[in-house]
Amino acid sequence: MDVKGGVRRFFEASPPLTLLALAWIAFMVIVAFGADFLAPYSFTALDLRARLHPPVFMGGKWAHALGSDELGRDVLSRLVMSIRLSLLIAFFGTMIAAAFGTAMGFVAAHFRGKVEAVILMLIDFQASMPFLIIALAVLAFFGNNLVLFVMLMGLNSWERYARIARGLTLSANEQGYAAAVRQLGASNLRVYGLHVLPNIASTLIVSMTITFPETILLESGLSFLGLGVQPPLTSLGNMVGYGREYLTRAPWIMLSPAAVIVLSTLSISIVGDWLRDRLDPTLR
Amino acid sequence: MTALLEVSNLARTYDVRRGRWPFARLATLHAVDGVSFELPAGRTLGLVGESGCGKTTTAKLVLGLLPASGGEVRVGGEALPAAHSPHWRALRRRMQMVYQDPLGALDRRLSVGRQVMEPLVIHGAGSTAERRDKALAMLDAVGLAQHHFDRFPHELSGGQRQRIVLARALILDPQLLVCDEPISALDVSIQAQVVNLLLALQQKLGLAYLFISHDLRMVRQVSHEVAVMYLGRIVEQGDPDRLFATPAHPYTQALVSAIPTHGRARKRRIVLPGEPPNPVDRPAGCAFHPRCPHAVERCRIETPALRLLADGRRAACHLAEQIA
Amino acid sequence: MLRYLTGRLLRAVLTIFLVITFAFFVLHLSGDPAMMILSADAPPESVKAFRAAWGLDRPLWIQYLAYVWNALHGDLGNSMRDGRPAVQLVLERVPATLAITVPAFLLKLVIGIPAGIYAALHRNSAADRLTMMVSVAGFTVPSFVLALVLVLVFSVQLGWLPSAGSDRPTSAILPIVTLGIAGAAILARFTRSAMLEVLGQPYIRAASAKGLQWRTVVVRHALPNAAIPTTTIVGFMVGTLIAGAVVVESVFAWPGIGRLLVSSVSNRDLAVVQVILLLVAATMVTANIVVDVVYGWLDPRLRRGGARGR
Repeated sequence: MDVKGGVRRFFEASPPLTLLALAWIAFMVIVAFGADFLAPYSFTALDLRARLHPPVFMGGKWAHALGSDELGRDVLSRLVMSIRLSLLIAFFGTMIAAAFGTAMGFVAAHFRGKVEAVILMLIDFQASMPFLIIALAVLAFFGNNLVLFVMLMGLNSWERYARIARGLTLSANEQGYAAAVRQLGASNLRVYGLHVLPNIASTLIVSMTITFPETILLESGLSFLGLGVQPPLTSLGNMVGYGREYLTRAPWIMLSPAAVIVLSTLSISIVGDWLRDRLDPTLR
Repeated sequence: MTALLEVSNLARTYDVRRGRWPFARLATLHAVDGVSFELPAGRTLGLVGESGCGKTTTAKLVLGLLPASGGEVRVGGEALPAAHSPHWRALRRRMQMVYQDPLGALDRRLSVGRQVMEPLVIHGAGSTAERRDKALAMLDAVGLAQHHFDRFPHELSGGQRQRIVLARALILDPQLLVCDEPISALDVSIQAQVVNLLLALQQKLGLAYLFISHDLRMVRQVSHEVAVMYLGRIVEQGDPDRLFATPAHPYTQALVSAIPTHGRARKRRIVLPGEPPNPVDRPAGCAFHPRCPHAVERCRIETPALRLLADGRRAACHLAEQIA
Repeated sequence: MLRYLTGRLLRAVLTIFLVITFAFFVLHLSGDPAMMILSADAPPESVKAFRAAWGLDRPLWIQYLAYVWNALHGDLGNSMRDGRPAVQLVLERVPATLAITVPAFLLKLVIGIPAGIYAALHRNSAADRLTMMVSVAGFTVPSFVLALVLVLVFSVQLGWLPSAGSDRPTSAILPIVTLGIAGAAILARFTRSAMLEVLGQPYIRAASAKGLQWRTVVVRHALPNAAIPTTTIVGFMVGTLIAGAVVVESVFAWPGIGRLLVSSVSNRDLAVVQVILLLVAATMVTANIVVDVVYGWLDPRLRRGGARGR
C-alpha cells in the first residue's frame, strides 16, 4: 500500500524541506535531552498570581513566554517536559515494536509450520482490528501505569516488523546468503544477528519512521482522552486534553502542544520518505 | 577402502495436502526415493535430470541440510549427524557446497574478504592475520586478485562471484564439494572458465565433487561417473562416455538425443510425450512408462530395480538389453 | 469463489471466537472485579455475595463455558455499573454513532475519490499539489487537534456552530466535518496513487494510441481498474463506522459508542468494554468479507475459480 508515496512525490522537488524537518527533529531531541535546563520553571510549580497569562505573541510577558494555565503553571515548562515524555514513550514504543516484531518474524520464518501459522494468525488479527480499540480494552482490563502504557505502545505496530522480517528471512533462507552461511556451520545467532538482521536493517529503519509518528499520534490520542499518561506526569496529548477546557479563554494552552505534535509527525514522515529513497528502493 | 561418500537407499518424502481445504486428504510426495551411490575421494559423480527430479533434494540430504526420511549417508565411514548439531557443524570442514546463484549465496553487505574468511571465523581457525593470509591465498587459487579482497559482491561479474563462493567453500580444505548447478546461471562464455577452474582445483587439492546439472555435455566433461535421475530415482548410472554413447534407459536416450550437435547430420531426436508426472501421482510400475516409447505390459505393473548390466553400468529398465 | 468465501467465513468466525476468548481471559486475569467495583475495605460478606451474584466463585473453565454459551445467546452480561444488560446499553448508542459516521463516510467518498482522480489526471498541477498538501496534513494532524481547531474557528471565533453536545441538529456538523476531512485526505491520496499506477500501465497507452478519446480511456479503462485497490481502503473505512469516532465523539461530547467506550474504560465497566470489542470485531470482519466479495466482482481474474492465493 502506497500510503506515503504522496508525501514523497509532493516533496520530491524541495529537499530543503527535508533539511527543515531534520532540523526540527534535532531541535526536539535537544529539547528532550535538555528539558531540565530549558524549562524555566518546574512543570508542576503553581503560581496563582499568574493564572491564564497569555503568551508573548498574544501580548503577554516574557516571564511566561508561552503563557500560563489555569493554575498558573508555565506552559513552556510543561511543554518541554511533555516533549520529553512523549518522545520517550514513542521511542521506547517503537523500539519494543521493532524488537518484538522482528523477533516474531524470525521465529515464524525459522520454525515454519504451526508456529508460523499461529504468528500469522496474530498478525492478521492485529491488522484487522483498529489498534485504538484494542489499546482501550487492554487499559480497561489492566488499568494504567507508565510501564504498561509503553508496552502497549510497543504492541501497536509489531505486526509490520514481523511481516517484513518474516518475508525477508524466508527469501534469505530459501536460496540465499542465510542458507549459505548456515551451511558453512554458522550458529543461528550468527545467521540472524550478523547476516539477516544487518541486511534487513534499512527496511526496518524505514518502517520505524512510519511507526514512530503513528505511536506519537496514538499516545497523544489516548492521553488526550485521559486514558494515557496520568497526572502529575504530562505529555503532549495530556496538555491538549487539559487545554481543551480553556479553549475559549486560553487557547494557547492547547495550541502549542498541538503544533508540536503536528510538526513532529510531519517532520518524521518527511525524513522517513527521504530515508526510504536513500536506503531502501524495495519499499517504493 | 571405503569411499569418501556412501549413500544407501536415501529417501525423502513430504506430506502434502491435495487442494487448499484444511481437511483435504494428505498425500505423500516422494522427492527422493531409494537413491544409492558411492563417491571415492578425488572423483566426480555427475547427477543429471530434469528440474524437479530430486537432484537438489539429494544434494541437501547428502550435506545433511535436510533430514532424510529413510536410508543413510556416510561420510568417511561415519553416519551423518543431525542437522545443525555441533558434530554436524564440525563436519562442514569436510564437505561444502557451491550454489547456482552466487549473488544470492553471498551477503551483499559484506566485503569479499570478510566472506571468504567467514568459515575460518565460524570454525575458530587461525588468528586474524592467518585468516587474512589464507583468504588472499584462496582468492589467488580461484583466479581472483588481491584487490578483490575489499570489493563487494555487486561490484563483480557473475563468474567472479562464483569464484568467491568457491573460495569460501574451499578455505576450510574440504574433501567433498557439492556443486548444485554451479554454472547454469553464468554466461556461456564464463561457464567453460569455471568448469576448467573446478577441474584444476580437483587436480591440485584432490577434491571429490558431487556435480549436479541438467547440462549433459558439462556433466560428461567433468564426471568420472554419471547418474541419471527421474522422479526421485536413479534410472541409469555408469561411465559417462559409455552412458552418453549408448544409453541403456529410454529416458537417458531421450535426454542424450536432445543434446544439440553440430557437424554431421543430426541423430533423430526422441521427443517424449507429456510432462514429467507430478511426484505425488507417481505412476505405478516403472514411473517412466507413460512417456516411454518402448513400454510393455510388465512396465505398468512391476517397478524395475537398478540392476547391473553386462557392460558394468546400471539401469532401471526391464528392457535395457533389448533397447541398448 | 464459493469455496473461497466459505474459507473466509470460517476464518471470520474464528476471529470472533478469538476475541471472545481473549476478552474472557483478560477479564479474569486482570484482577478481582469485586474488589474493583466494591471498595477495597468492603465487608467480606458483601464481597462474597457479589461474587456469587456474578458467578465468580465457580471454577474458571465453567465460567468460560458459561460465558461462551451466554455470548452465543446474545447475553454478554450486565453492566457492572448500572446493572442493565451490556448489549442493550451498547446498542442504544449505535444510532448516535452512525448519525455522524455515515454522513462522514459519504463525505469522504464524495470529496476524497473525485479529488484523488482529479489530482492524478492533472498531475503536478496546482490542484494536485494542493490535494497532496491537504492529504499530508490529514495524515499528520491528529483528529482531536483538527476538532479543536474547528471548534476554535467556527464556535469560538465565528460563533456559527455549537462546540459540543447533541441537542441541536447543527451539533452534528463539526463532528461530521472533522471525521470527513481526515478520511477524505487519506482516500484522496490512495485514489490518486491507484489512478497513477493504472495510468502508467501499457494497456492505457495502448488504448489511447489506438485513437480512443482520452475521456473514454479514463472512464472505460482507468477508473474500473483503479477502483480495485481503492475498494480495500473504502472497505476498511466501512469497518470503522462503529468505532472510528472514539476521539471525535469525546471531543464533541457526542453520545455514541466511542464516548461510551471511553467512559467504560475509565470506570472499568468490563462487560460494556467487551460488548464494544465484539461489536467492533464483528463489524471489521464483516467489512473484510464484503470487500472480498466486491473484489471478486470487480476483478474478473477472481470471478472464476477463485484460485488466487492471498
